[in-house]
Amino acid sequence: MQTDLLCSLIPLFPLIGFAINGLGFRKVPTSLVGAISSAAALASFAVTLMLFSGFSGQPIKATLFDWISVGSLHINFSFQIDQLSLLMLLIVTGVGSLIHIYSIGYMKHDEGFGKFMAFLNLFLFFMLLLVTGSNYVIMFIGWEGVGLCSYLLIGFWNKNVNYNNAARKAFVMNRIGDLGFLLGIFLLITTFGSVEYTDIFEQATRFAVGDKMILAITLLLFVGAMGKSAQIPLYTWLPDAMAGPTPVSALIHAATMVTAGIYMIVRSNVLYTLSPVTLEIIGFIAIATAILAASIGLLQNDIKKVLAYSTVSQLGYMFLGLSVAAYTSGMFHVITHAFFKALLFLGAGSVIHAMSDEQDIRKMGGLRKHLPVTFITFLLGTIAIAGIPPFAGFFSKDEILAHVFLHNKALWALGLVGSAMTSFYMFRLLFLTFFGEFRGTQEQHHHLHESPATMTLPLIVLAVLSVIGGLLNLPGGGWLTHFMEPLFAGSAQVNPEAFGHEIDHGTEYMLMGISTAVAIGSAIAAYVVYISRNAVPAPESAERSGIAKLVYNKYFVDELYEVAIVRPIRALGDLLYNAGEFIIDGIVNAVAWLVRAASAQLRLLQSGSIGFYVFAMVFSIAVIVIVRFFVRF
Amino acid sequence: MLTLSLILLPVVAATLLLLIKSPAVKTLALGAALVELALAAYAFATFKADAQMQFEFDYPWIASAGIRFSGGIDGISVLLVLLTGLLTPLIVLSAFGRDYDRPSTFYSLILYMQAALMGVFTARDAFLFYLFFEAALIPVYFLAAMWGGEKRIAVTFKFFIYTIFGSLFMLVALVYLYYQTGVPGKPGVHSSAIVDFYNLNLTPAAQGWVFWAFFVAFAIKMPVFPFHTWQPDTYVESPTPATMLLSGIMLKMGVYGLIRFLLPIVPVGLDTWGTLATTLSVIGIVYGSIIAIRQRDMKRLIAYSSFAHVGLMAAGVFSQTANGLQGALIQMLAHGINVVGLFFVAEIIFGRTNSRFLDQLGGITRTTPKLTVYFMILLLGSVALPLTNGFVGEFLLLNGVFAYNNWLGAVAGLTIILGAVYMLRMFQKSMFGPTSARTETFDDLSGAESWVLLPLAVMVFWIGIYPNSFLKVTEPAVMNLLQYVVK
Repeated sequence: MQTDLLCSLIPLFPLIGFAINGLGFRKVPTSLVGAISSAAALASFAVTLMLFSGFSGQPIKATLFDWISVGSLHINFSFQIDQLSLLMLLIVTGVGSLIHIYSIGYMKHDEGFGKFMAFLNLFLFFMLLLVTGSNYVIMFIGWEGVGLCSYLLIGFWNKNVNYNNAARKAFVMNRIGDLGFLLGIFLLITTFGSVEYTDIFEQATRFAVGDKMILAITLLLFVGAMGKSAQIPLYTWLPDAMAGPTPVSALIHAATMVTAGIYMIVRSNVLYTLSPVTLEIIGFIAIATAILAASIGLLQNDIKKVLAYSTVSQLGYMFLGLSVAAYTSGMFHVITHAFFKALLFLGAGSVIHAMSDEQDIRKMGGLRKHLPVTFITFLLGTIAIAGIPPFAGFFSKDEILAHVFLHNKALWALGLVGSAMTSFYMFRLLFLTFFGEFRGTQEQHHHLHESPATMTLPLIVLAVLSVIGGLLNLPGGGWLTHFMEPLFAGSAQVNPEAFGHEIDHGTEYMLMGISTAVAIGSAIAAYVVYISRNAVPAPESAERSGIAKLVYNKYFVDELYEVAIVRPIRALGDLLYNAGEFIIDGIVNAVAWLVRAASAQLRLLQSGSIGFYVFAMVFSIAVIVIVRFFVRF
Repeated sequence: MLTLSLILLPVVAATLLLLIKSPAVKTLALGAALVELALAAYAFATFKADAQMQFEFDYPWIASAGIRFSGGIDGISVLLVLLTGLLTPLIVLSAFGRDYDRPSTFYSLILYMQAALMGVFTARDAFLFYLFFEAALIPVYFLAAMWGGEKRIAVTFKFFIYTIFGSLFMLVALVYLYYQTGVPGKPGVHSSAIVDFYNLNLTPAAQGWVFWAFFVAFAIKMPVFPFHTWQPDTYVESPTPATMLLSGIMLKMGVYGLIRFLLPIVPVGLDTWGTLATTLSVIGIVYGSIIAIRQRDMKRLIAYSSFAHVGLMAAGVFSQTANGLQGALIQMLAHGINVVGLFFVAEIIFGRTNSRFLDQLGGITRTTPKLTVYFMILLLGSVALPLTNGFVGEFLLLNGVFAYNNWLGAVAGLTIILGAVYMLRMFQKSMFGPTSARTETFDDLSGAESWVLLPLAVMVFWIGIYPNSFLKVTEPAVMNLLQYVVK
């Protein structure tokens, strides 16, 4: 079959699914809705597998049509399938399909079920455009499109004002990033005269390391990445985004959309390698985000909020990898994170489902007896994210930390601190939820049940992947490293120093040992606190002091933004509307008044006296003659 | 002949309507507007994408003075002819939901308005242009003054005087330019053909003041900051069909004038004063957006958003780039569609709840899947989401302004953030959340209402997904115009 056609089919299937369920909302029977949308996702997955298995190593480009063209600028609607887009496609369609299937069980009883599945399909469509587009503007279509779907799905239960506010916050914060992205595209057009990846990266190899223009471009693009991938200072929308139904959190706000920023940088690796200053800045922001978010995660009591902060933190690790030009390691962590974080969110969804929509872990406990499948899979996910060998997260995180170690020991140490926190908050979550005594109401206890097969099956698949995912890239140059190597040819050419640091085996084993020890140590600490001592976090109303209060309230960052940005803009709006408009209009009215007053005076000259008119005429002529005499014009 | 029919058909139809006193008058008005749409669509479809004037007509008018009654359609005007043809029947249809007194006068004024607008966009003679430019004011003035809200008399008077005042500057400039034309060896022979103004050798000083004369006239019309204070009140007080005419089509007269007159006639003036003009436009974008964030009246909110959007179009023209001009042309079409749609949504909500205040609304989506979807589509177009019409225009415009001046481009770019803030706020406060007493029972769209919104939604996606069907049509004319720009 024609590869052009295959490429277009990948995003087309979900679009069709969206059209059927969207236009037929409340007409398509519930039983069909889930089947249609899941079939659409699976069809894209199948096509992706076909492309993957037939992939020769050479990028495939398929141009559909000339989308926007002005003068010499042509923006094609076209796709590019290469190693990077294939990896993203596999994650998006693979994990995406599982989450579609899961959603059938999770959302079936919601009155907006058809709408929900339609939005999920629409999300897939845009996400697939994002990762398969062959130029930055197509990426931008996907970029903004997934933002829209994120908005629609966060505010899915739109009667709740708080959920709507969370949705709006997500959209607006992403738009801040998008402006950076857009300006980056404009600079790319100015610099390279094109938006096509192949054109730009080919030309970029002729630039010198440290070029100012490249610095500006990479920084602007990174602003876009900060918004979409929730990095400081644009991260606060992601925890709030948990207002959306849990499958949305798993798909959009953990496994796929939020990793778009990493995708963008790996895609643009030549540009970033050319700009070491940008990489340093990314590294700084990444480690700060990783640690800040992890520390907030330590004290959260909402099962989804813990996972949300964990996501922000893990995204920080991915960027940390990119910041030392370890692009493959960053992508590796994207992949393993997609497995275990989707698993954890879906597991959390299963718990919430069983608990009749309770999300507070202080009211859970002892659930392992009632939800055995959820428990075991959640346990595996926890071990994976904590970085305990031989599970997936261990390998990917360790690879990042090893590269960071070579680059900067202080960053590595901080990374290790974050790692310790990760292990602690995850085991805390696990212990409080599944161990000890049940702390909820009698009624909740009565309703406890394991979720249906449509929900547990995806959990099992993801759990298996979380366990064995590390095989993709075993230390010492695994499959992924070789597969992705061609992507970095340009980078290696422009700045060879940034690459090729071989780590000797002795150091590598030592680093592995340290990470493992830290992870297990933290897990034990969590065990001591929450199992041996049976501690339960203090209720909402409890007095907290000092650091605990600061961390529990998320460092008051939201409040800071409210005071420093939101309220001043509102005040400015009121000021401009009340004072600014009044003054401008006042000037307009004053001018009108002057004209009227002047004409009232001039009117008096029209007295009707012929004598005066003749005098005026003669006088004027005399003036003109005299003026003409002195001034020649 | 086609162009002349585009002007005359609405005049004839409107005059006949005045004689009819039956309730069928609105259907007849719709029929006339649809025939006009067919003509406009035919003109668009058969338009050859080159830089030439097409479908011309040319008759002596004041022959001794070289002033002619001549018109035609070129790449700069073709989209505006299409826009005027497309929006008028929708505006007529949108008025069906409400019973206006003296319907024959009401609907014939809309058609007179359409004729004047067609005249403005197709005139090839400067004085003919001026005539239509002023004539367009009269029907909409009466629409606003006779069917408007409580403060209509004061507000429309101000609007009328303000815009007339602005056009007088243009008249002075036109007369001046007219006297600069001439044939060597034949004193006293002048021409008022607009193209003859393009090749005048004006001194830099003359270019400077002619620039400002045109600028003030068009800046008031659009409006550009700080000439905008007539606009929000007029949009709010006018009956919604008049608001749609004003915002959907009439303000484009200003942008069109900038492209038609400023760019080719006074390129040196533009080169000298362009940065100041662009800065004013960009201030308007941010100023209008920030005010829009705080509005509670839907109509006033949309008015300020329109003010912000038009600032970007003006800035795009002043950037004197292909991107900026192409962006301005396609954005005029896109903005006309979106703003008419949004005003219609506000009208629908007002019609059902007797309120346009966001704090009195909410939860409307509960009973209105159709309205929600259309509202959302228009909103997405308005906030320039890719694959909708607004994106193509804003992308090109911002790119043009950015190429002209990086900092101004970046500030203008704030529109994509602030636009999302005020639009989503409006959507959320009206459609989502708990229902209020006024929105408890809210009927979804009627058939006629759907027929207004459906074509608009189709256009939102058509322009967004395949903009080349419009960009290719205007490109040769734009490239031709750019020859005049000072390099």
